[in-house]
Amino acid sequence: MQFRRSLLGLAAGAMALVGTAPLSVAGEFDGVTVNILTRPGYVIAGRLVERGVEFQKATGAKIVVTEVPYAEIFPKIQSDWSTGTNSIDVGVFAAGWGVELDAAGLLEDLDPYIAKDDKIDLDDVAPYFREFGQKVGGKTKLLMVDGDFQMVYYRKDVLEAAGQQPPKTWEDYIDVASKIHGTDMNGDGEGDFGSCIFKKRNAQSYFAIQTFAAPIVQTKGTAQGFHFNSATMKPIINNAGWKKAFELYKETGKYGPPDELNLDIGDTRALFKAGRCGLLVEWGDPGPLQLDDDATAIKGKLYAISGLGSRMVLNRSTGKLVPAIKSNAPHSIDGINYAPFAAFGGWAGAINKKADQKTKDAAYAFLSYMNQSAQSSVDVTIGATGYNPYRLSQLSSPDLFIEAGMPKELAENYIGAINGALSNLNMASDMKIPGAQKYTSVVLDTELARYLAGEITVDEALENIEEGWEEITEDFGRDEQIAAQALALGS
Amino acid sequence: MQNPMPYNTKNIQPGNSPAGISSGDKWREWCDRHAGSFFIAPAVTLILIFAIFPTIYSMVFALSRVRFTGDGLKFRYVGFRNFEKQFFGSSEMHFLGRTEPVSILGMIIFAVIVVAVLWWLYRSWKTATWVRMLGRSISAAMAIFLAWILCASLLSGNSIGTLYTTLFYVLFGCAVQFAIGTGLAFLCSQPIRGRNFFRVLFFIPLMVTPLGVGFAMRMIADVTKGPFEPILGLLGLQDWVWSASPWSARFVMVICDSWQWIPFIFICMLAALENVPRDHVEAAQVDGASSFHIFREVTWPQVVPVAVTVLLIRAIEAFKIMDLPNIMTGGGPGSSTESMTLHSVYVWRANDIGSSAAIAYLLLILTVVVCASFFNYVVLGQIRKARS
Repeated sequence: MQFRRSLLGLAAGAMALVGTAPLSVAGEFDGVTVNILTRPGYVIAGRLVERGVEFQKATGAKIVVTEVPYAEIFPKIQSDWSTGTNSIDVGVFAAGWGVELDAAGLLEDLDPYIAKDDKIDLDDVAPYFREFGQKVGGKTKLLMVDGDFQMVYYRKDVLEAAGQQPPKTWEDYIDVASKIHGTDMNGDGEGDFGSCIFKKRNAQSYFAIQTFAAPIVQTKGTAQGFHFNSATMKPIINNAGWKKAFELYKETGKYGPPDELNLDIGDTRALFKAGRCGLLVEWGDPGPLQLDDDATAIKGKLYAISGLGSRMVLNRSTGKLVPAIKSNAPHSIDGINYAPFAAFGGWAGAINKKADQKTKDAAYAFLSYMNQSAQSSVDVTIGATGYNPYRLSQLSSPDLFIEAGMPKELAENYIGAINGALSNLNMASDMKIPGAQKYTSVVLDTELARYLAGEITVDEALENIEEGWEEITEDFGRDEQIAAQALALGS
Repeated sequence: MQNPMPYNTKNIQPGNSPAGISSGDKWREWCDRHAGSFFIAPAVTLILIFAIFPTIYSMVFALSRVRFTGDGLKFRYVGFRNFEKQFFGSSEMHFLGRTEPVSILGMIIFAVIVVAVLWWLYRSWKTATWVRMLGRSISAAMAIFLAWILCASLLSGNSIGTLYTTLFYVLFGCAVQFAIGTGLAFLCSQPIRGRNFFRVLFFIPLMVTPLGVGFAMRMIADVTKGPFEPILGLLGLQDWVWSASPWSARFVMVICDSWQWIPFIFICMLAALENVPRDHVEAAQVDGASSFHIFREVTWPQVVPVAVTVLLIRAIEAFKIMDLPNIMTGGGPGSSTESMTLHSVYVWRANDIGSSAAIAYLLLILTVVVCASFFNYVVLGQIRKARS
């Protein structure tokens, strides 16, 4: 143990040295301005601004961060770069969106920059994020600043008080939520909520539904996918698997806040930090977020599960649900099929190919600076940044998070949950094909919201999604989409 | 000898120049005759460039699939497929609502409306010119289409789409705003104490930006932390959430929209009411007419041209509602508070510019036909009635 601590001490010292080492040649980018576009608020954007100030002091390059509503990030970047407006030099967005921009020839190839960069250590980036997030068609087109998985969190104290075990399946989730719903979880004398999920339209709800659907629909490994038949690009959505996911997802609302349909991620974060949620679906952020000063009600109490599974899985040839057994779900454990969903894939930065060379050099240097372990390993321990661990060095031991203030048991649980998701051979990958944003954040999101609001039935919602996805596939070209899907899933 | 045909400008006929007139005079005369066109030309040119041209050019988008590439926008002609999608494709339920199954009540009401519209058209056939007949046929077709959607969706117990959500904002919202705005204007036109204070107070919401109204209303309407939370608690409605139910969410949108737009009706109607000649009112009072009769027989006929015009302007504006539902609910729950404008914006935001343009054109057609029908059959009718 002492030897391990010594090693950690050496590693931390080395990290600190690297952190204080010059970034580039001082004044190398004097007079250069790098315009970055990303989401609004402190999450993601805030740390870019703060690191930008450091970067400017070291290199002279001015980092200007422009924030736009989440739903407008992709179309703004796409139209700005495509029409030659070029007011944006760097976009920081979902790693999966890069493929559509790259197909239009809008992304700068970063491999030549990486070859000359002796500070970036891409071998330390977890293979999934390095290969799936950063690369398009085998070339590095983006640099990660964040790694994303959607996980389930539970209040350990609340479940213990109620005599409940952490859920293993979505049915368990609903059962546990029903048992703890209405109990006072923060000592204010008021009943709180069994489950909190962001279900507002045009927000993050479409990720959560995929987290529900993945273990029911995907059984044979990441390369199988759970949105399309990879050979034909016919949607695998209008079936009993997705139907069950939709129904389970809606049922969680019985044990959620009454205005859950109008809550986005900011609202649910305020609720769980106030100690009002017994269970929740979230990315990696709640781990370090519970260390915040305004989260005293949950500090050290919010534990993570890498992903919930399903005892029933989809038989793709019959379209029916069947029990998960080794023959149809080889990765299942004790009759439960797990498929942790890499929702969003993580925030990553890409450079506009048409920016002038000096700006591109400065932009790359900044993205590299953000990506380097010295900065990244600090940023991922601060919940408010929105950055979650994505480097092997951040995931190999809980010490980074223990140093940040997490109790040891919790830190081990947190890192264990992320590692469990990353190492799962049946991990479900987010869409990474042209039109990914349209397939999910427009068609899937809209029809899901209409189903949750009671406007349409689950069958109508699934039929509409199938029709909408087919229209998008036809629009982009079926053969092109088949090729892109094969590339994305490595199938 | 005196010239038998003395030069006199009064003798110049339009389009002709008297013999012997110099070319400079001809030029000046031509300029004089076309001065009106010259003065209006810059305005017409600007309108053509900034309004008409984009409107026509957007039809190119509406008939195309637009892709963003490294070389700019690439258009692929797809005919009316973007429009077709709204009526028969994946967006049908979103736009029209659910139109199946149709109830017996819905069918009966639809049949009654169709008979009434066709009867009205038949009667017009005898008197109207062919131009008017064309206009009335378009109005009738729109009325039958809207009646069918209404009967097949709302009156059959099905959910409505963005089409009727928009019409709900326009018809119900404008009616509420007109009734309250006119009522307040009437009160403030009376000799009451502090009426100048009330005039300013009622006018303030109109000066707030719609985004500001949206955020303010979102905070006010928050049932867990907003100012109405204690009242709802007292009424035992602490678990009631307006944003979870489609119709309560739509009504909240109308309430918030009304808060901003009642002042517009108020200020216009106040000006109209204050322009009613006092001697007419006083003469009616001397004759012993009651206040209600004075309003109905003297005041209202004189303000009705302004009233219907204000209502028309407000309706045109209401068709474009977007900010409030976008900020307060994001169009939800589901798509229940999503207007056609917001629908178009959301589709455009996904860079589906062709579909967005198609929805915008559908909204344009709806707005033009509804508002032109209202103008022809209500506004002009009321103005003629008032004049007579």
